[in-house]
Amino acid sequence: MSDDLRPAEAVLDRRANGSDADARSTPARTKPSASSILGWAGLALLVLLIAFPLYWAVVASFTPEATLFREPSLWPRTIILDHYRALFTTRHFWVPIRNSIVVAGCTTIFCVVVGSLAAYALARLRFRGKGIILGFVLAVSMFPQISIVSPLYLMLRALGLINTYPGLILPYLTFAMPLTVWLLVGYFRQLPPDLEEAALVDGASRWQSFVRVLLPLSVPGVATTAILTFIYSWNEFLFALSFTVGPDRQTVPVAIALFRGQYQVPWGEILAAAVVATVPVAAMVLVFQRRIVQGLTAGAVKG
Amino acid sequence: MKTSSESDARLARLLVAPAVIVIALVAIFPLGWTVWESLHRHDLRLPWLGQPFVGLGNYARIIHDARFWGALGHTVLFTVVSVALELVLGLIFALAMNRAFRGRGIVRLAVLVPWAIPTVVAALLWRFLFDSQAGIANAILLNTGIIDEPIVWFVHAFTAWVPVILADVWKTTPFVALLLLAGLQNIDSVLYEAAAVDGASAWRQLTRITIPLLKPAILLVLIFRTLDAFRVFDLIYVLTGGGPGTSTEPIALYAFNALLQNLQFGYGAAISVVIFLITFGLALVYIKGLGAGGAAGAER
Repeated sequence: MSDDLRPAEAVLDRRANGSDADARSTPARTKPSASSILGWAGLALLVLLIAFPLYWAVVASFTPEATLFREPSLWPRTIILDHYRALFTTRHFWVPIRNSIVVAGCTTIFCVVVGSLAAYALARLRFRGKGIILGFVLAVSMFPQISIVSPLYLMLRALGLINTYPGLILPYLTFAMPLTVWLLVGYFRQLPPDLEEAALVDGASRWQSFVRVLLPLSVPGVATTAILTFIYSWNEFLFALSFTVGPDRQTVPVAIALFRGQYQVPWGEILAAAVVATVPVAAMVLVFQRRIVQGLTAGAVKG
Repeated sequence: MKTSSESDARLARLLVAPAVIVIALVAIFPLGWTVWESLHRHDLRLPWLGQPFVGLGNYARIIHDARFWGALGHTVLFTVVSVALELVLGLIFALAMNRAFRGRGIVRLAVLVPWAIPTVVAALLWRFLFDSQAGIANAILLNTGIIDEPIVWFVHAFTAWVPVILADVWKTTPFVALLLLAGLQNIDSVLYEAAAVDGASAWRQLTRITIPLLKPAILLVLIFRTLDAFRVFDLIYVLTGGGPGTSTEPIALYAFNALLQNLQFGYGAAISVVIFLITFGLALVYIKGLGAGGAAGAER
């Protein structure tokens, strides 16, 4: 019996910790197969193609404008910080950064708090209309943003909220709320209900079992949801462009997109700004890459 | 027991209510308002005209609006070309990533960064790469002797599409690859072992095992990417501004211009409703397809 199982186990084993198994079998001892070399070369090419535009922008952001236009070079010959200095002095780039942090941060906090309540009910409690609500949430997440720009504009104008933080946070809820609810329902469902049931048997109320048992267990899922919501809000452009006037409340993407020079395109400063805008999300990706991939694929697979 | 399930339901309604009310207020109510606007003539530049009811007049105007049909054409072209490229490239990358190997972390990072950066930033990077003076695209093409004169990419309708499509492929292929990779990892490798024993070639394994079993994941990618590509805005707004002229203007940008540049709220709303209906129709078609694909996947 156990002999019969062995090949399948070996296969599963190799899939589970594939890197080790492959590292052991491919180099030196056995001739690596043509397809694995091909796969490896393909991946190296992929990483190179993806990384190059980023690398190029970083190099250019440290290059004097004159050199930039005369002769582009793969390696930075002279490194200067002028573009970054200009960005934070004459361009006041900390204003859009502050705006983006406030708007994306408030959106994320609000959505995670309100969304996790709804997600708990949708994942754990039995009530009528659950399927309809889930379908409704999914449908709204597919809305084209442009189809609600005009009424949101009129609404915010009537409320005097154009060019304010609430005037951005409210529209952002249209995409952030369905996203958080959807992701959190997925996470809550993954957790085994046994512990909550044990708490219920011990006389805890539903609410207590949610707050004391489920929430602490789902911290990683909630954190991933918060990260994804923050990234989506940080990157949003159409609403931020439509509902702000002038630089006071512009978010980072809008500020960069509307950068203008006096005579020509100020590429050095634009790319420095691009680098600054990318650093926070790249840092999040760096730290949480495993979780983000799980969140993305889980959310999508269920969608 | 009965009382507990009743109190559960009461609690559930209480917990769900805030989220549902918020979504209804900021998404459903505005959508209804857009439809109402689209039935009126509402020009913010001419407030003294009021908002006369014009029935389907705005929609009739759309039918004879060459710029609308142009924008729709651009959107379809952009969607078909970029999604097709992303699907093929994404599948290739997913297959390569699925092979166990060292350095998976680096690849995952490289794949995630373009997905995570703002679309506006991605668009600017590619505008810089294709800049007629400082751009490296021209430098490469000149040095390799493919062209003799630098190309001014953004002044011709055809060449302006090149950076647009490349930027979208660069930014979203990684996401496609990740979704397909998740699908690939669900395929039981015993199937490949058996196929290899039977002497099936790699190509035959790909077409007979991988692609059929990957169908649900592929359909999923198609839904996400098509709906996304169809409402493309940021990328083109920054890269070409819809130009030269209106030759790269997608439908969402046309609606935006009608609304917030020309302040024709009635007409812009009508275009927005059309975009919504097309997206909704596409989603329905795909969900039907996914249902069938999911059922096929469940059979195995």
